[in-house]
Amino acid sequence: MDFTLILEWIIKGFVLTLILLGGFTYLTLYERRALARIQSRIGPNRAGPFGILQPIADAVKLIFKEELTPALADKLLFLLAPVLTVVPAIVITAVVPWGKQPFNLFGRTITPYIADINVGVLYIMSIASIAVYGIVLAGWSSNNKYSMMGGLRSTAQMISYELTLGLSFVSAILLANSMRMLDIVEAQKNLWFVILQPAGTLIFLIATLAEVNRAPFDMPEAEQELTAGYHTEYSGMKFALLFMAEYTKMIAISAIGATLFFGGYREFWFLSNTIFSIDQTPWLGPVYIFIKIIILLFGMIWVRATYPRIRYDRLMAFGWKLLLPISLTLVFITALGIILAEKINANFMWGIPVLSILVGLFAVGMVDSVLRRKDNARH
Amino acid sequence: MRVIEPLIELARGLGTTFKMMLEKPVTVQYPEQKKPVKPRFRGRHVLKRYDNGLEKCIGCALCAAACPADAIFVESAENTDDARFSPGDRYASTYEINMLRCIYCGFCEDACPTEAIVLGDNYELSFTNRRDAIYPKNMLIEPAPAGTLPTPQKVQPGIYTRSVPEMKDPQD
Repeated sequence: MDFTLILEWIIKGFVLTLILLGGFTYLTLYERRALARIQSRIGPNRAGPFGILQPIADAVKLIFKEELTPALADKLLFLLAPVLTVVPAIVITAVVPWGKQPFNLFGRTITPYIADINVGVLYIMSIASIAVYGIVLAGWSSNNKYSMMGGLRSTAQMISYELTLGLSFVSAILLANSMRMLDIVEAQKNLWFVILQPAGTLIFLIATLAEVNRAPFDMPEAEQELTAGYHTEYSGMKFALLFMAEYTKMIAISAIGATLFFGGYREFWFLSNTIFSIDQTPWLGPVYIFIKIIILLFGMIWVRATYPRIRYDRLMAFGWKLLLPISLTLVFITALGIILAEKINANFMWGIPVLSILVGLFAVGMVDSVLRRKDNARH
Repeated sequence: MRVIEPLIELARGLGTTFKMMLEKPVTVQYPEQKKPVKPRFRGRHVLKRYDNGLEKCIGCALCAAACPADAIFVESAENTDDARFSPGDRYASTYEINMLRCIYCGFCEDACPTEAIVLGDNYELSFTNRRDAIYPKNMLIEPAPAGTLPTPQKVQPGIYTRSVPEMKDPQD
């Protein structure tokens, strides 16, 4: 391991961090504009053409805002918590591949990803779990009841939904027969996993909403009940860091979702074997994954604009009593389908989506009947 | 067991929000686009003039008396034919309205015997300190109509002897 290799990693990491932070600032603008359009408004359009300078204006405002530290707060943890939240959100994208072919730059072969770990999916799971510390510590160190409750809710919620998230990763791992992100993407060359495992993809998308504390699962920051949840006492740049963590996590989780279920940097299915295919024009890889991330992010914003926040006990019940059993069943179905396809007939592969959808519909029906029974009991 | 219906309901929610996105935003881009005010809108006060450029205000201070917020201050002085501001004996030498006190009730308009003070359609009142909130007469009075002299005018004696030259039926 020579010095230049380390330098290459540092530069690539730096570039990726800059891309993520730039993406975060423009994600805020994207979200505000999209939400505004859904609500028949225009959104921020004053700073620069189409409001493209708005994130810069926001950043300048936040930098110059007064930073308050509550008198009885735990000073060190209060300072550390936002950092602990941001770092995992950025680090998690290290294993996401942005392209396949290494390219030459200054006489060196450079790969379009930072780390090619053979247990990439495990890495994602472990880093995603670390992110919860920042939020809990932010809530606890503020010495504020609402912050504490926000932090506690966040722990409970994130730990509950992480199981589901992990199990929906397992479907992708089984289908690709590898935990390496590159292998997972290459396994989707002909067929995206969203088609082979539609119910699993939907559960993954739901679990990610809970994992990044987005509406309708934004319990930790339910402003009607908890003022602002874990970041009630934060202001200025520390608040900006927590905010940054939330939006960077959105980007990161969308990138992971695109990689695991939507073909990652691979071309769209109707472009395969054309000039726009990754195998013929490798530099289109980052473009494709970027488009996929944008679409997934729009989905998150869209869901936020549509559904109201669900009650806390229902959130936990939904996670433990519904999503976890379903995702376990889906893992079982996936494994069964793969074994049958290997041993008997390759067409058994199509049993996976059919059975998954049936299981998903059965679960929907059960939830509906339980909710209706409860509703009738109340009257 | 209802299976498809709950999903359709959820999808319809998403469809509604997506449909809204394709609609035209209702936002008015304010400083560039302004919506016209209603005919009876009560905005900033305007002191009116006659067609010959003389002021309608005769300094009677009935508006100040009618004002429930005590926002108007009037001081009057004598007209002469060499320096005539308004028809009749007296005119308002000082006329101030404190825009922070004014509640835009329009009682001054009702109290005015010469229909000199009218609540206009200007609602863009902003000031950065309390002193600027007091609008003096030169800010309230409308400019003299084209072709007439600004006040004070030098006029021939014996014409403008009545303070209310022609009282029309009160409008509005």
